Amino acid sequence: MSIPMEAHERTPETRVPRASPPMNDPAARATQIADATPAPNVAPAPAALFAAGVGEKMRATDLNFFYGKAQALYNISIRIPTNHVTAFIGPSGCGKSTFLRTLNRMCDTVKGTRVEGDVQLDGEDVFGLDVTSVRRRVGMVFQRSNPFPKSIFDNVAYGLRVNGGLSRAEVAERVERSLVRSALWDEVKHKLHESAYGLSGGQQQRLCIARALAVDPEVLLLDEPCSALDPISTSKIEELLLTLADSCTIVIVTHNMQQAARVSDYTGFFLMGKLVEFDKTEQIFQAPSRKETEDYVTGRFG
Amino acid sequence: MTEATRLRSRHMVNNVMLGLTGLFTIIIAGALLFILGYLFINGARNLDFAFFTQLPKPTGETGGGMANAIVGSAKILGMATAIGVPIGFLGGVYLAEYGNKSFAFAVRYLTDLLNGVPSIVIGIFAFTLVVLKAKHFSAFAGGMALGLMMIPISVRSTEEFLRAVPNGLREGALALGTPKWRALATVVIPAAKDGIITGIMLNLARVAGETAPLLFTSLNNRFWSPGINQPTSTLPVMIYTYALSPYDDWHRQAWAAGFVLLMLILTINVSARMILSRSRYSGGR
Repeated sequence: MSIPMEAHERTPETRVPRASPPMNDPAARATQIADATPAPNVAPAPAALFAAGVGEKMRATDLNFFYGKAQALYNISIRIPTNHVTAFIGPSGCGKSTFLRTLNRMCDTVKGTRVEGDVQLDGEDVFGLDVTSVRRRVGMVFQRSNPFPKSIFDNVAYGLRVNGGLSRAEVAERVERSLVRSALWDEVKHKLHESAYGLSGGQQQRLCIARALAVDPEVLLLDEPCSALDPISTSKIEELLLTLADSCTIVIVTHNMQQAARVSDYTGFFLMGKLVEFDKTEQIFQAPSRKETEDYVTGRFG
Repeated sequence: MTEATRLRSRHMVNNVMLGLTGLFTIIIAGALLFILGYLFINGARNLDFAFFTQLPKPTGETGGGMANAIVGSAKILGMATAIGVPIGFLGGVYLAEYGNKSFAFAVRYLTDLLNGVPSIVIGIFAFTLVVLKAKHFSAFAGGMALGLMMIPISVRSTEEFLRAVPNGLREGALALGTPKWRALATVVIPAAKDGIITGIMLNLARVAGETAPLLFTSLNNRFWSPGINQPTSTLPVMIYTYALSPYDDWHRQAWAAGFVLLMLILTINVSARMILSRSRYSGGR
């Protein structure tokens, strides 16, 4: 598809001026999006968008996704930078969460769905790998915190025990490290063996992050992780994401544009199942090249 | 009719109907309390220590107890659970977690049908399948009949309680790279555990009072019946036999047996409710 491709081929330094003339008629804009012709099926260009030294962790090429007969994603092509925070924004139902769930194949769990196109993790086809190993490498945190009805310790240790091969001491050490990484350790170290349901909403969500981190994922996907949280819990999680990005590739879907602006290095804007624009975050928020993106980030719709 | 009279007649109808619903609620509760009270007075009065420890006395002698029927009932209910619950549980897991829509619909429909089969017909089935083949009545045949009766409710209650587990828990486990069977065994089923156990207990309480299918499967026995291959005495069948007898002493013992059976079923019921009310997903360790 031409739109994101165009974004890939630019370096931030040599920006082309705004691609399309401003169009004030929303119907005309919608038609323009719908009519965008798919690009020839070529892999995205080399890492021109990314700064020097930034690798590519994941890549989607001409990805189409269907719920039954309804198409939810159209020709998504994107490259996710290693050890950076990538945010997806867009109005409800635009496909950003659906796209996120194709990255670790959680989309497989919904019956009657179909994927076309290609998703790669370090150059390997995600749909060709064993699904459990994909999900071990690509962890996920959900919109509603979902701790298991177990103790705090057992929640974090769950993935480690499923994988097996660790001694009790190693499990305990990894649990502590994950809770420290998710900035929860000080709040729970005295009650590790109490039920996770005794924690507050924000703590539960950080517990879910710790649980995902315990298995050392290469990529961490977060699907609107703060949408049910108060501002203090939200800011804790945002700080956490910034520190995690040193060692982990992070992809976050958010409804909250300020959040995307605060935490992410790169931002993709989804609209009606299409990736309209993908660029450095400051570019998206200060000088987007597409009219739709500008309308959305300035609050004119969505 | 003026507005005022119309309003008055509406109020009257309302009061009459409200009164009727209240009256019938009292009648229902009253009937239940009457049965419980009658059984309690007649049963508890005739209950003695020997009831739990002694075998029935020969016809004509007074005294004795139903120790063999208590053990027999426990044995047959144990077998019924061992047969009905694993089949029902695994079937329920399949329906809730794996089955495709049309197949699951068919199975669900069939289990509802099986649930509606009269218990005496289940008895005939076990009679034909086990008693006629073995050429003798046995505790096993009785356990099999009751076990069959437990399957449909085991299937449906397992399925219902698994469906009540929030999907987020499944996704959370799967997203860690857990194979589906393992996510089920370590997260989803434990989350539904209390409900499933409650279902099994209520199911057990329901079949504990069944008499018809036992009449021609486990039959009866006035003595101990070791193993599972002999005719075996059970409380419901003893009540049936003793209540129909011409002896006053046997009538008294039937009351006592009825009381013991009722207490057993009440205990199972109440403890099942307590397990369930002990918070569904929060207590888990």
